[in-house]
Amino acid sequence: MDKTITRADLTEALYEKVGLSRNESADLVESIINHVSDALVDGEQVKIASFGTFLVREKAKRIGRNPKTGEEHEIPPRRVLVFRASQVLKQALVEDWKGGPLEAYIEAGDDDE
Amino acid sequence: MPHVSVNFTGQLPESLGDTMTKSELIQLVASDNPHLYLRDITKIVNTVFDEITEGLTQGDRIELRGFGAFSVKVRKARTGRNPRSGEPVEVSEKAIPYFKTGKQLHERLNDSEASD
Repeated sequence: MDKTITRADLTEALYEKVGLSRNESADLVESIINHVSDALVDGEQVKIASFGTFLVREKAKRIGRNPKTGEEHEIPPRRVLVFRASQVLKQALVEDWKGGPLEAYIEAGDDDE
Repeated sequence: MPHVSVNFTGQLPESLGDTMTKSELIQLVASDNPHLYLRDITKIVNTVFDEITEGLTQGDRIELRGFGAFSVKVRKARTGRNPRSGEPVEVSEKAIPYFKTGKQLHERLNDSEASD
């Protein structure tokens, strides 16, 4: 579970599985990420069948509090990106799980903002 | 003109208004790469998302700087309810996918509103 997959690994996968050059594979990985990002910035949602949907939500301003100092401050309105995993992806994590004991993941990942 | 890919288009992806689908993404990547066949672009796009899925099933973290990071979180076991019958159902502990937006994309999402 301590492995981190990066653009370089995705590039390597395209190189091995599709047979493109490494340079071209890297460009394609970048192109995919850029097109998804641009669509989201344009306010579109992006639906990747059997993977999931990225959608942009508008959050109203609210009063937040610094949990350490208790100080109040206004959190301005903002757009947040939400990823909703498809049923297929959720099921893959349950049925094809190869990540070992789940206990190891309870503290893993980042907290919600 | 990416004449090669046009030959493979067959049907236009269903337009869902402000939703970009995987087939629309494939079309966009294809138009950047007129020298590749649409079926290759399809395989490329599928491979990328399959690799992410595969990584998650192994408990890996997938970090795409500027875009965001996929990781696995654990949803604790709980007693759910069958929404139709209202009967309690035991739901066991399971791994769930989680995504956190990258700083750069978060900034782009919010910069575009700077004009108002």
